[in-house]
Amino acid sequence: MTDTSTDSRFKPGTFAPRPGTGSAWRMLRVHAKTEATLTLRNGEQLLLTLLIPVALLIGLTVLDVIDMAEPRVDSVAPRIFALAVMSSAFTGQAIALGFDRRYGVLKRLAATALPRWLLVSGRVVAALIVVAIQLLVLGAVALALGWSPSLGGLLWALVLVLLGTLSFGALGVLLGGALKAEVVLALANVIWFVLLLAGGILLMPGALPTGLDVLVAALPSGALTEGLHTVLTTGDAPSFAPFLVLAGWGVLAGLLAIRTTKLS
Amino acid sequence: MNAPENTSAVAISGLVKRYGSTTAVDGLDLEMPRGQVLALLGPNGAGKTTTVEICEGFRRADAGTVRVLGCDPVGQHASLRPRVGVMPQGGGAYPAVRAGEMLRLVAACAADPLDPNWLLEVLGLEPALGTPYKRLSGGQQQRLSLACALVGRPELVFLDEPTAGLDTQSRRLVWELLGALRRDGVSVLLTTHLIDEAEALADQVVIVDHGKVVTRGSPAELTADANASQQLRFRAQAGLNVQLLTDALPEGCVVLEGDPGAYVVRGRVDPQVVSTVTSWCAQQGVLAEELRVGRRDLEEVFLELTGRELRS
Repeated sequence: MTDTSTDSRFKPGTFAPRPGTGSAWRMLRVHAKTEATLTLRNGEQLLLTLLIPVALLIGLTVLDVIDMAEPRVDSVAPRIFALAVMSSAFTGQAIALGFDRRYGVLKRLAATALPRWLLVSGRVVAALIVVAIQLLVLGAVALALGWSPSLGGLLWALVLVLLGTLSFGALGVLLGGALKAEVVLALANVIWFVLLLAGGILLMPGALPTGLDVLVAALPSGALTEGLHTVLTTGDAPSFAPFLVLAGWGVLAGLLAIRTTKLS
Repeated sequence: MNAPENTSAVAISGLVKRYGSTTAVDGLDLEMPRGQVLALLGPNGAGKTTTVEICEGFRRADAGTVRVLGCDPVGQHASLRPRVGVMPQGGGAYPAVRAGEMLRLVAACAADPLDPNWLLEVLGLEPALGTPYKRLSGGQQQRLSLACALVGRPELVFLDEPTAGLDTQSRRLVWELLGALRRDGVSVLLTTHLIDEAEALADQVVIVDHGKVVTRGSPAELTADANASQQLRFRAQAGLNVQLLTDALPEGCVVLEGDPGAYVVRGRVDPQVVSTVTSWCAQQGVLAEELRVGRRDLEEVFLELTGRELRS
Protein backbone atom coordinates (compact mmCIF):
# COMPACT_ATOMS: atom_id res chain seq x y z
CA MET A 1 0.00 0.00 0.00
CA THR A 2 1.50 3.29 -1.03
CA ASP A 3 1.49 5.78 1.80
CA THR A 4 -0.24 8.90 0.63
CA SER A 5 -1.36 10.24 3.99
CA THR A 6 1.23 13.00 3.94
CA ASP A 7 0.00 14.44 0.69
CA SER A 8 -1.54 17.88 0.91
CA ARG A 9 -3.91 17.66 -2.05
CA PHE A 10 -6.48 15.76 0.00
CA LYS A 11 -6.62 16.90 3.62
CA PRO A 12 -7.36 14.20 6.18
CA GLY A 13 -11.09 13.77 6.59
CA THR A 14 -11.89 15.10 3.10
CA PHE A 15 -13.64 11.88 2.15
CA ALA A 16 -14.89 10.91 5.62
CA PRO A 17 -18.20 9.14 4.90
CA ARG A 18 -21.29 11.27 5.39
CA PRO A 19 -23.86 9.49 3.25
CA GLY A 20 -27.45 10.61 2.91
CA THR A 21 -30.23 11.38 0.45
CA GLY A 22 -30.67 14.92 -0.81
CA SER A 23 -33.96 16.78 -0.47
CA ALA A 24 -36.59 15.49 -2.89
CA TRP A 25 -37.45 18.99 -4.06
CA ARG A 26 -33.83 19.79 -4.88
CA MET A 27 -33.33 16.47 -6.67
CA LEU A 28 -36.46 17.04 -8.76
CA ARG A 29 -35.48 20.62 -9.57
CA VAL A 30 -31.90 19.84 -10.62
CA HIS A 31 -32.85 16.69 -12.54
CA ALA A 32 -35.71 18.34 -14.45
CA LYS A 33 -33.58 21.41 -15.17
CA THR A 34 -30.75 19.25 -16.53
CA GLU A 35 -33.09 17.21 -18.75
CA ALA A 36 -34.93 20.28 -20.07
CA THR A 37 -31.66 22.14 -20.73
CA LEU A 38 -30.27 19.19 -22.66
CA THR A 39 -33.40 18.99 -24.82
CA LEU A 40 -33.37 22.71 -25.58
CA ARG A 41 -29.65 22.62 -26.38
CA ASN A 42 -30.00 19.74 -28.84
CA GLY A 43 -30.23 20.95 -32.43
CA GLU A 44 -32.11 17.92 -33.76
CA GLN A 45 -34.58 18.13 -30.90
CA LEU A 46 -35.19 21.83 -31.61
CA LEU A 47 -35.77 21.07 -35.27
CA LEU A 48 -38.35 18.47 -34.30
CA THR A 49 -40.03 20.30 -31.45
CA LEU A 50 -39.98 23.90 -32.67
CA LEU A 51 -38.75 24.56 -36.19
CA ILE A 52 -40.89 22.01 -38.03
CA PRO A 53 -44.07 22.91 -36.09
CA VAL A 54 -43.48 26.64 -36.65
CA ALA A 55 -42.87 26.06 -40.36
CA LEU A 56 -46.01 23.93 -40.67
CA LEU A 57 -48.04 26.46 -38.69
CA ILE A 58 -47.06 29.26 -41.06
CA GLY A 59 -47.15 27.10 -44.19
CA LEU A 60 -50.57 25.55 -43.62
CA THR A 61 -52.01 28.93 -42.66
CA VAL A 62 -50.66 30.80 -45.65
CA LEU A 63 -50.88 28.07 -48.30
CA ASP A 64 -54.17 26.51 -49.29
CA VAL A 65 -52.95 22.88 -49.39
CA ILE A 66 -55.59 21.40 -47.08
CA ASP A 67 -59.23 22.39 -47.17
CA MET A 68 -60.08 24.36 -44.02
CA ALA A 69 -62.64 26.85 -42.85
CA GLU A 70 -61.56 30.48 -42.67
CA PRO A 71 -59.75 31.85 -40.79
CA ARG A 72 -57.39 29.02 -41.53
CA VAL A 73 -55.09 29.73 -38.59
CA ASP A 74 -57.85 28.90 -36.09
CA SER A 75 -57.97 25.40 -37.51
CA VAL A 76 -54.23 25.02 -38.10
CA ALA A 77 -53.09 26.09 -34.62
CA PRO A 78 -54.75 23.26 -32.63
CA ARG A 79 -53.33 20.66 -35.02
CA ILE A 80 -49.84 22.08 -34.70
CA PHE A 81 -50.17 22.18 -30.90
CA ALA A 82 -51.01 18.47 -30.97
CA LEU A 83 -48.06 17.84 -33.29
CA ALA A 84 -45.75 19.76 -30.95
CA VAL A 85 -46.85 17.68 -27.97
CA MET A 86 -46.30 14.46 -29.93
CA SER A 87 -42.91 15.65 -31.22
CA SER A 88 -41.38 16.35 -27.86
CA ALA A 89 -43.21 14.02 -25.48
CA PHE A 90 -43.13 11.00 -27.78
CA THR A 91 -40.47 11.21 -30.48
CA GLY A 92 -37.99 13.42 -28.63
CA GLN A 93 -38.44 11.55 -25.37
CA ALA A 94 -38.01 8.14 -26.99
CA ILE A 95 -34.84 9.10 -28.86
CA ALA A 96 -33.29 10.81 -25.83
CA LEU A 97 -34.08 7.82 -23.62
CA GLY A 98 -32.66 5.37 -26.16
CA PHE A 99 -29.34 7.21 -26.26
CA ASP A 100 -29.29 7.96 -22.53
CA ARG A 101 -29.54 4.22 -21.93
CA ARG A 102 -26.75 3.63 -24.43
CA TYR A 103 -24.56 6.10 -22.54
CA GLY A 104 -25.36 4.54 -19.16
CA VAL A 105 -27.18 7.58 -17.78
CA LEU A 106 -30.03 5.61 -16.25
CA LYS A 107 -27.64 3.25 -14.55
CA ARG A 108 -25.63 6.21 -13.31
CA LEU A 109 -28.72 7.85 -11.83
CA ALA A 110 -30.04 4.54 -10.50
CA ALA A 111 -26.78 4.22 -8.59
CA THR A 112 -27.27 7.53 -6.79
CA ALA A 113 -29.66 8.18 -3.93
CA LEU A 114 -32.26 9.44 -6.44
CA PRO A 115 -35.43 7.40 -5.80
CA ARG A 116 -37.08 5.69 -8.77
CA TRP A 117 -40.22 7.83 -8.56
CA LEU A 118 -38.04 10.92 -8.88
CA LEU A 119 -36.15 9.44 -11.82
CA VAL A 120 -39.49 9.32 -13.65
CA SER A 121 -40.84 12.59 -12.23
CA GLY A 122 -37.76 14.53 -13.30
CA ARG A 123 -38.26 13.46 -16.91
CA VAL A 124 -41.98 14.20 -16.75
CA VAL A 125 -41.43 17.71 -15.36
CA ALA A 126 -38.74 18.34 -17.99
CA ALA A 127 -41.15 17.21 -20.73
CA LEU A 128 -43.84 19.57 -19.37
CA ILE A 129 -41.36 22.47 -19.30
CA VAL A 130 -40.42 21.83 -22.92
CA VAL A 131 -44.07 21.54 -24.00
CA ALA A 132 -44.86 24.80 -22.20
CA ILE A 133 -42.05 26.57 -24.07
CA GLN A 134 -43.18 25.07 -27.39
CA LEU A 135 -46.77 26.22 -26.87
CA LEU A 136 -45.70 29.71 -25.83
CA VAL A 137 -43.65 30.09 -29.01
CA LEU A 138 -46.26 28.47 -31.26
CA GLY A 139 -49.05 30.43 -29.57
CA ALA A 140 -47.19 33.69 -30.18
CA VAL A 141 -46.63 32.83 -33.85
CA ALA A 142 -50.27 31.84 -34.23
CA LEU A 143 -51.43 35.11 -32.64
CA ALA A 144 -49.20 36.98 -35.06
CA LEU A 145 -50.95 35.09 -37.88
CA GLY A 146 -54.29 36.27 -36.56
CA TRP A 147 -55.28 33.31 -34.37
CA SER A 148 -58.29 34.08 -32.19
CA PRO A 149 -58.93 31.13 -29.94
CA SER A 150 -62.13 30.69 -28.04
CA LEU A 151 -61.10 31.84 -24.56
CA GLY A 152 -63.55 29.48 -22.86
CA GLY A 153 -61.68 26.55 -24.38
CA LEU A 154 -58.21 27.52 -23.18
CA LEU A 155 -58.57 25.80 -19.83
CA TRP A 156 -59.80 22.60 -21.48
CA ALA A 157 -56.92 22.86 -23.94
CA LEU A 158 -54.52 23.04 -21.03
CA VAL A 159 -55.98 19.86 -19.53
CA LEU A 160 -55.78 18.09 -22.90
CA VAL A 161 -52.16 19.18 -23.41
CA LEU A 162 -51.25 17.93 -19.95
CA LEU A 163 -52.93 14.58 -20.52
CA GLY A 164 -51.49 14.38 -24.05
CA THR A 165 -47.97 15.02 -22.76
CA LEU A 166 -48.29 12.28 -20.14
CA SER A 167 -49.83 9.83 -22.59
CA PHE A 168 -47.35 10.46 -25.41
CA GLY A 169 -44.58 10.54 -22.81
CA ALA A 170 -45.52 7.07 -21.60
CA LEU A 171 -45.52 5.84 -25.21
CA GLY A 172 -42.12 7.46 -25.74
CA VAL A 173 -40.71 5.74 -22.67
CA LEU A 174 -42.21 2.44 -23.84
CA LEU A 175 -40.40 2.76 -27.17
CA GLY A 176 -37.16 4.35 -25.96
CA GLY A 177 -36.79 2.15 -22.89
CA ALA A 178 -36.80 -1.23 -24.57
CA LEU A 179 -34.99 -1.16 -27.91
CA LYS A 180 -31.54 -0.34 -29.24
CA ALA A 181 -30.84 3.36 -29.67
CA GLU A 182 -30.62 3.21 -33.50
CA VAL A 183 -33.86 1.26 -33.75
CA VAL A 184 -35.55 3.76 -31.44
CA LEU A 185 -34.28 6.64 -33.58
CA ALA A 186 -35.67 5.13 -36.77
CA LEU A 187 -39.01 3.99 -35.33
CA ALA A 188 -39.69 7.19 -33.40
CA ASN A 189 -39.23 9.28 -36.55
CA VAL A 190 -41.26 6.96 -38.77
CA ILE A 191 -44.15 6.82 -36.30
CA TRP A 192 -44.05 10.62 -35.98
CA PHE A 193 -44.31 10.98 -39.75
CA VAL A 194 -47.07 8.40 -40.11
CA LEU A 195 -49.13 9.93 -37.30
CA LEU A 196 -48.65 13.41 -38.73
CA LEU A 197 -49.92 12.36 -42.17
CA ALA A 198 -52.43 9.66 -41.33
CA GLY A 199 -52.92 9.82 -37.58
CA GLY A 200 -55.50 12.57 -37.49
CA ILE A 201 -53.28 15.65 -37.30
CA LEU A 202 -53.23 16.98 -40.87
CA LEU A 203 -56.46 15.20 -41.79
CA MET A 204 -58.65 15.16 -38.74
CA PRO A 205 -60.97 12.21 -38.08
CA GLY A 206 -64.00 14.26 -39.17
CA ALA A 207 -62.55 14.65 -42.66
CA LEU A 208 -62.00 10.93 -43.14
CA PRO A 209 -64.31 8.25 -44.58
CA THR A 210 -66.51 6.34 -42.13
CA GLY A 211 -64.69 3.50 -40.47
CA LEU A 212 -61.31 5.09 -40.89
CA ASP A 213 -62.47 8.08 -38.83
CA VAL A 214 -63.26 5.84 -35.83
CA LEU A 215 -59.87 4.20 -36.09
CA VAL A 216 -57.99 7.49 -36.32
CA ALA A 217 -60.01 9.04 -33.49
CA ALA A 218 -58.86 6.15 -31.31
CA LEU A 219 -55.21 7.07 -31.90
CA PRO A 220 -53.62 9.41 -29.35
CA SER A 221 -52.72 11.82 -32.16
CA GLY A 222 -56.27 11.85 -33.52
CA ALA A 223 -57.81 12.21 -30.08
CA LEU A 224 -55.55 15.09 -29.02
CA THR A 225 -56.01 16.95 -32.33
CA GLU A 226 -59.77 16.49 -32.35
CA GLY A 227 -60.04 17.53 -28.70
CA LEU A 228 -57.87 20.63 -29.07
CA HIS A 229 -59.63 21.61 -32.29
CA THR A 230 -63.06 21.40 -30.66
CA VAL A 231 -62.24 23.36 -27.53
CA LEU A 232 -60.15 26.04 -29.22
CA THR A 233 -62.51 26.73 -32.15
CA THR A 234 -65.87 26.38 -30.41
CA GLY A 235 -65.03 26.90 -26.73
CA ASP A 236 -67.34 24.00 -25.94
CA ALA A 237 -66.43 21.35 -23.43
CA PRO A 238 -65.10 18.40 -25.39
CA SER A 239 -66.70 14.99 -25.30
CA PHE A 240 -65.26 12.34 -23.03
CA ALA A 241 -63.81 10.47 -25.99
CA PRO A 242 -60.43 12.26 -26.36
CA PHE A 243 -59.82 12.06 -22.61
CA LEU A 244 -60.62 8.36 -22.56
CA VAL A 245 -58.45 7.61 -25.58
CA LEU A 246 -55.46 9.56 -24.24
CA ALA A 247 -55.78 8.13 -20.73
CA GLY A 248 -56.19 4.63 -22.14
CA TRP A 249 -53.04 4.82 -24.27
CA GLY A 250 -51.12 6.42 -21.41
CA VAL A 251 -52.10 3.83 -18.81
CA LEU A 252 -51.52 0.93 -21.20
CA ALA A 253 -48.12 2.23 -22.30
CA GLY A 254 -47.15 3.03 -18.72
CA LEU A 255 -48.01 -0.43 -17.44
CA LEU A 256 -46.14 -2.08 -20.30
CA ALA A 257 -43.16 0.25 -19.92
CA ILE A 258 -42.79 -0.71 -16.25
CA ARG A 259 -42.15 -4.26 -17.43
CA THR A 260 -40.06 -3.56 -20.51
CA THR A 261 -37.89 -0.55 -19.65
CA LYS A 262 -34.25 -1.46 -19.21
CA LEU A 263 -31.62 0.68 -17.54
CA SER A 264 -29.04 0.01 -20.22
CA MET B 1 -32.42 0.59 7.79
CA ASN B 2 -28.80 0.58 8.87
CA ALA B 3 -26.86 -2.56 9.49
CA PRO B 4 -24.66 -2.73 12.58
CA GLU B 5 -21.24 -1.16 12.10
CA ASN B 6 -19.40 -4.42 12.68
CA THR B 7 -20.67 -6.12 9.53
CA SER B 8 -18.34 -6.51 6.58
CA ALA B 9 -18.32 -3.97 3.78
CA VAL B 10 -18.95 -6.79 1.33
CA ALA B 11 -19.61 -10.46 2.06
CA ILE B 12 -20.18 -12.90 -0.80
CA SER B 13 -20.60 -16.62 -0.49
CA GLY B 14 -21.19 -19.20 -3.18
CA LEU B 15 -22.09 -16.58 -5.80
CA VAL B 16 -23.15 -18.02 -9.17
CA LYS B 17 -24.24 -16.05 -12.24
CA ARG B 18 -24.98 -17.57 -15.62
CA TYR B 19 -25.67 -15.93 -18.97
CA GLY B 20 -27.31 -18.62 -21.06
CA SER B 21 -24.88 -21.50 -21.17
CA THR B 22 -21.94 -19.38 -19.99
CA THR B 23 -21.15 -19.35 -16.29
CA ALA B 24 -19.69 -15.93 -15.59
CA VAL B 25 -19.35 -16.36 -11.83
CA ASP B 26 -18.94 -19.86 -10.52
CA GLY B 27 -19.14 -20.20 -6.75
CA LEU B 28 -17.25 -17.08 -5.71
CA ASP B 29 -16.60 -16.30 -2.02
CA LEU B 30 -15.29 -13.00 -0.77
CA GLU B 31 -15.07 -11.17 2.53
CA MET B 32 -14.08 -7.53 2.63
CA PRO B 33 -13.74 -5.82 6.03
CA ARG B 34 -14.74 -2.18 6.36
CA GLY B 35 -12.14 0.43 5.65
CA GLN B 36 -10.14 -1.84 3.38
CA VAL B 37 -9.16 -1.55 -0.25
CA LEU B 38 -9.81 -4.82 -2.01
CA ALA B 39 -8.66 -5.40 -5.56
CA LEU B 40 -10.45 -7.96 -7.68
CA LEU B 41 -7.71 -8.89 -10.10
CA GLY B 42 -8.19 -11.08 -13.11
CA PRO B 43 -7.95 -11.37 -16.88
CA ASN B 44 -10.73 -10.11 -19.15
CA GLY B 45 -13.86 -12.22 -18.82
CA ALA B 46 -12.92 -13.52 -15.37
CA GLY B 47 -16.26 -12.41 -13.91
CA LYS B 48 -15.06 -9.24 -12.15
CA THR B 49 -17.63 -6.84 -13.59
CA THR B 50 -20.50 -9.28 -13.14
CA THR B 51 -19.55 -9.71 -9.48
CA VAL B 52 -19.41 -5.96 -8.93
CA GLU B 53 -22.72 -5.36 -10.73
CA ILE B 54 -24.39 -7.93 -8.49
CA CYS B 55 -22.97 -6.10 -5.45
CA GLU B 56 -24.34 -2.84 -6.89
CA GLY B 57 -27.81 -4.35 -7.18
CA PHE B 58 -27.91 -4.12 -11.00
CA ARG B 59 -27.93 -7.88 -11.54
CA ARG B 60 -29.47 -10.72 -9.61
CA ALA B 61 -27.42 -13.68 -8.46
CA ASP B 62 -28.50 -17.12 -9.69
CA ALA B 63 -27.25 -18.67 -6.47
CA GLY B 64 -25.36 -17.69 -3.34
CA THR B 65 -25.70 -14.77 -0.98
CA VAL B 66 -24.36 -11.26 -1.27
CA ARG B 67 -24.38 -8.71 1.54
CA VAL B 68 -23.24 -5.15 1.06
CA LEU B 69 -22.85 -3.19 4.31
CA GLY B 70 -24.98 -5.93 5.81
CA CYS B 71 -27.84 -5.38 3.33
CA ASP B 72 -29.26 -7.29 0.37
CA PRO B 73 -28.14 -5.27 -2.67
CA VAL B 74 -31.33 -5.99 -4.65
CA GLY B 75 -34.00 -6.11 -1.93
CA GLN B 76 -32.57 -3.17 0.02
CA HIS B 77 -31.27 -1.25 -2.98
CA ALA B 78 -33.07 1.95 -2.05
CA SER B 79 -31.58 2.19 1.44
CA LEU B 80 -28.11 1.16 0.24
CA ARG B 81 -27.81 3.59 -2.65
CA PRO B 82 -27.05 6.74 -0.62
CA ARG B 83 -24.30 4.84 1.21
CA VAL B 84 -22.56 3.36 -1.82
CA GLY B 85 -20.67 5.12 -4.62
CA VAL B 86 -20.51 3.45 -8.01
CA MET B 87 -18.12 3.94 -10.91
CA PRO B 88 -19.32 1.72 -13.74
CA GLN B 89 -17.06 0.54 -16.52
CA GLY B 90 -17.47 3.23 -19.18
CA GLY B 91 -20.32 5.65 -19.73
CA GLY B 92 -22.58 7.12 -17.12
CA ALA B 93 -23.53 10.56 -18.41
CA TYR B 94 -25.88 12.17 -20.93
CA PRO B 95 -24.11 12.40 -24.31
CA ALA B 96 -24.50 16.19 -24.45
CA VAL B 97 -24.17 17.04 -20.76
CA ARG B 98 -21.26 19.17 -19.55
CA ALA B 99 -19.01 17.77 -16.85
CA GLY B 100 -20.12 20.30 -14.26
CA GLU B 101 -23.82 19.78 -14.97
CA MET B 102 -23.52 16.03 -14.60
CA LEU B 103 -21.58 16.18 -11.35
CA ARG B 104 -23.94 18.79 -9.89
CA LEU B 105 -26.90 16.55 -10.73
CA VAL B 106 -25.34 13.58 -8.95
CA ALA B 107 -24.30 15.84 -6.06
CA ALA B 108 -27.89 17.09 -5.70
CA CYS B 109 -28.93 13.53 -4.89
CA ALA B 110 -26.76 13.48 -1.76
CA ALA B 111 -27.50 15.10 1.59
CA ASP B 112 -24.02 16.48 2.23
CA PRO B 113 -22.01 16.23 -0.99
CA LEU B 114 -18.43 17.26 -1.62
CA ASP B 115 -18.08 20.56 -3.43
CA PRO B 116 -18.46 19.64 -7.13
CA ASN B 117 -16.26 22.52 -8.24
CA TRP B 118 -13.42 21.44 -5.98
CA LEU B 119 -13.73 17.85 -7.13
CA LEU B 120 -13.65 18.89 -10.79
CA GLU B 121 -10.60 20.99 -10.11
CA VAL B 122 -8.57 18.32 -8.29
CA LEU B 123 -9.45 15.80 -10.97
CA GLY B 124 -8.15 18.15 -13.63
CA LEU B 125 -11.51 18.54 -15.36
CA GLU B 126 -11.62 22.35 -15.23
CA PRO B 127 -10.39 22.79 -18.81
CA ALA B 128 -13.26 20.57 -19.98
CA LEU B 129 -16.10 22.21 -18.04
CA GLY B 130 -17.92 23.40 -21.16
CA THR B 131 -17.30 20.29 -23.26
CA PRO B 132 -20.17 17.87 -23.94
CA TYR B 133 -19.59 14.46 -22.38
CA LYS B 134 -19.34 12.63 -25.69
CA ARG B 135 -16.49 14.91 -26.77
CA LEU B 136 -14.44 14.36 -23.59
CA SER B 137 -11.38 12.14 -23.91
CA GLY B 138 -11.62 8.65 -22.49
CA GLY B 139 -9.50 9.69 -19.53
CA GLN B 140 -11.68 12.73 -18.82
CA GLN B 141 -14.82 10.59 -18.96
CA GLN B 142 -13.22 8.18 -16.51
CA ARG B 143 -12.32 10.97 -14.09
CA LEU B 144 -15.82 12.43 -14.26
CA SER B 145 -17.23 9.00 -13.55
CA LEU B 146 -14.94 8.69 -10.53
CA ALA B 147 -16.07 12.11 -9.32
CA CYS B 148 -19.71 11.00 -9.60
CA ALA B 149 -18.91 7.93 -7.49
CA LEU B 150 -17.30 9.99 -4.73
CA VAL B 151 -19.30 13.22 -4.59
CA GLY B 152 -21.97 11.87 -2.22
CA ARG B 153 -19.42 10.95 0.50
CA PRO B 154 -20.22 7.23 0.44
CA GLU B 155 -19.12 4.62 2.99
CA LEU B 156 -18.24 2.16 0.29
CA VAL B 157 -17.27 2.62 -3.35
CA PHE B 158 -17.27 0.14 -6.20
CA LEU B 159 -14.80 1.12 -8.89
CA ASP B 160 -14.83 -0.96 -12.05
CA GLU B 161 -11.48 -0.51 -13.81
CA PRO B 162 -10.96 2.99 -12.37
CA THR B 163 -7.76 3.72 -14.26
CA ALA B 164 -8.58 2.14 -17.63
CA GLY B 165 -7.60 4.55 -20.38
CA LEU B 166 -5.83 6.99 -18.07
CA ASP B 167 -2.40 8.43 -18.78
CA THR B 168 0.36 8.01 -16.21
CA GLN B 169 -0.26 11.31 -14.42
CA SER B 170 -3.97 10.67 -14.10
CA ARG B 171 -3.35 7.16 -12.90
CA ARG B 172 -1.03 8.44 -10.18
CA LEU B 173 -3.66 10.99 -9.21
CA VAL B 174 -6.32 8.30 -8.92
CA TRP B 175 -4.01 6.12 -6.87
CA GLU B 176 -3.36 9.05 -4.56
CA LEU B 177 -7.08 9.66 -4.30
CA LEU B 178 -7.74 6.03 -3.43
CA GLY B 179 -5.07 6.30 -0.75
CA ALA B 180 -6.91 9.29 0.71
CA LEU B 181 -10.21 7.38 0.63
CA ARG B 182 -8.69 4.51 2.55
CA ARG B 183 -7.13 6.90 5.05
CA ASP B 184 -10.51 8.53 5.64
CA GLY B 185 -12.19 5.18 6.32
CA VAL B 186 -13.97 4.62 3.00
CA SER B 187 -14.14 0.97 1.94
CA VAL B 188 -13.07 0.48 -1.68
CA LEU B 189 -13.69 -2.49 -3.92
CA LEU B 190 -12.00 -2.09 -7.26
CA THR B 191 -11.53 -4.33 -10.23
CA THR B 192 -8.42 -4.19 -12.31
CA HIS B 193 -6.36 -6.24 -14.65
CA LEU B 194 -3.32 -4.11 -13.84
CA ILE B 195 -1.05 -5.93 -11.46
CA ASP B 196 0.93 -2.90 -10.35
CA GLU B 197 -2.34 -1.22 -9.47
CA ALA B 198 -3.45 -4.07 -7.23
CA GLU B 199 0.00 -4.25 -5.69
CA ALA B 200 0.20 -0.51 -5.00
CA LEU B 201 -3.31 0.06 -3.69
CA ALA B 202 -4.86 -2.98 -2.15
CA ASP B 203 -4.89 -4.33 1.39
CA GLN B 204 -6.29 -7.48 -0.05
CA VAL B 205 -5.91 -8.86 -3.55
CA VAL B 206 -8.37 -11.46 -4.76
CA ILE B 207 -7.30 -13.10 -8.00
CA VAL B 208 -10.24 -14.43 -9.99
CA ASP B 209 -10.36 -16.47 -13.15
CA HIS B 210 -13.23 -18.30 -14.85
CA GLY B 211 -15.58 -16.91 -12.19
CA LYS B 212 -13.72 -18.46 -9.28
CA VAL B 213 -11.30 -17.16 -6.69
CA VAL B 214 -7.89 -18.56 -7.55
CA THR B 215 -6.07 -17.10 -4.60
CA ARG B 216 -6.26 -14.22 -2.15
CA GLY B 217 -4.10 -12.39 0.33
CA SER B 218 -2.18 -9.18 0.85
CA PRO B 219 0.28 -8.37 -1.93
CA ALA B 220 3.10 -9.36 0.46
CA GLU B 221 1.50 -12.70 1.24
CA LEU B 222 0.87 -13.46 -2.40
CA THR B 223 4.41 -12.71 -3.49
CA ALA B 224 6.08 -14.49 -0.56
CA ASP B 225 7.71 -17.49 -2.10
CA ALA B 226 6.35 -20.76 -0.85
CA ASN B 227 9.42 -22.71 -1.94
CA ALA B 228 11.83 -20.12 -0.63
CA SER B 229 13.52 -20.26 -4.01
CA GLN B 230 14.65 -16.84 -5.05
CA GLN B 231 15.25 -15.51 -8.45
CA LEU B 232 17.52 -13.19 -10.29
CA ARG B 233 16.21 -11.00 -13.05
CA PHE B 234 18.10 -8.94 -15.55
CA ARG B 235 17.70 -7.33 -18.92
CA ALA B 236 20.04 -7.69 -21.84
CA GLN B 237 19.77 -7.95 -25.60
CA ALA B 238 17.16 -10.42 -26.74
CA GLY B 239 18.08 -13.90 -27.92
CA LEU B 240 20.96 -14.84 -25.63
CA ASN B 241 21.61 -18.58 -25.51
CA VAL B 242 19.96 -19.37 -22.17
CA GLN B 243 20.98 -23.02 -22.39
CA LEU B 244 24.67 -22.05 -22.37
CA LEU B 245 24.12 -19.82 -19.34
CA THR B 246 22.16 -22.54 -17.54
CA ASP B 247 25.06 -24.93 -18.14
CA ALA B 248 27.46 -22.42 -16.60
CA LEU B 249 25.37 -22.14 -13.44
CA PRO B 250 25.27 -24.53 -10.47
CA GLU B 251 22.95 -27.53 -10.58
CA GLY B 252 19.28 -26.62 -9.99
CA CYS B 253 19.45 -23.16 -11.55
CA VAL B 254 17.58 -22.55 -14.77
CA VAL B 255 17.53 -19.50 -17.02
CA LEU B 256 14.44 -18.40 -18.93
CA GLU B 257 13.81 -15.56 -21.34
CA GLY B 258 10.27 -14.27 -20.74
CA ASP B 259 9.55 -11.20 -22.82
CA PRO B 260 12.38 -10.69 -25.34
CA GLY B 261 15.42 -9.41 -23.45
CA ALA B 262 13.97 -10.10 -19.98
CA TYR B 263 15.78 -12.95 -18.30
CA VAL B 264 15.01 -14.83 -15.07
CA VAL B 265 17.31 -17.19 -13.24
CA ARG B 266 15.31 -19.53 -11.01
CA GLY B 267 16.82 -21.67 -8.30
CA ARG B 268 19.00 -21.05 -5.26
CA VAL B 269 20.41 -17.66 -6.02
CA ASP B 270 23.61 -17.08 -4.01
CA PRO B 271 26.49 -14.60 -4.56
CA GLN B 272 28.23 -17.14 -6.75
CA VAL B 273 25.27 -17.30 -9.11
CA VAL B 274 25.18 -13.50 -9.44
CA SER B 275 28.88 -13.43 -10.16
CA THR B 276 28.59 -16.21 -12.74
CA VAL B 277 25.75 -14.45 -14.57
CA THR B 278 27.59 -11.14 -14.81
CA SER B 279 30.86 -12.68 -15.89
CA TRP B 280 29.13 -14.92 -18.44
CA CYS B 281 27.41 -11.85 -19.87
CA ALA B 282 30.76 -10.03 -19.94
CA GLN B 283 32.24 -12.91 -21.94
CA GLN B 284 29.41 -12.48 -24.45
CA GLY B 285 30.16 -8.76 -24.62
CA VAL B 286 26.71 -8.06 -23.18
CA LEU B 287 25.81 -5.64 -20.40
CA ALA B 288 23.37 -7.13 -17.88
CA GLU B 289 21.07 -4.26 -16.92
CA GLU B 290 18.53 -3.87 -14.12
CA LEU B 291 19.97 -6.87 -12.41
CA ARG B 292 18.11 -7.68 -9.20
CA VAL B 293 17.65 -10.56 -6.85
CA GLY B 294 14.36 -10.95 -5.11
CA ARG B 295 11.09 -12.60 -4.52
CA ARG B 296 8.72 -13.18 -7.37
CA ASP B 297 6.35 -10.30 -8.03
CA LEU B 298 2.60 -10.28 -8.23
CA GLU B 299 2.70 -10.48 -12.00
CA GLU B 300 4.35 -13.86 -11.83
CA VAL B 301 1.88 -15.12 -9.26
CA PHE B 302 -0.87 -13.92 -11.50
CA LEU B 303 0.48 -15.48 -14.67
CA GLU B 304 1.21 -18.72 -12.86
CA LEU B 305 -2.37 -18.92 -11.65
CA THR B 306 -4.26 -17.66 -14.65
CA GLY B 307 -2.06 -18.95 -17.44
CA ARG B 308 -0.13 -17.11 -20.06
CA GLU B 309 -2.49 -17.35 -22.99
CA LEU B 310 -4.20 -14.18 -24.14
CA ARG B 311 -7.86 -13.59 -23.41
CA SER B 312 -10.09 -11.59 -25.62
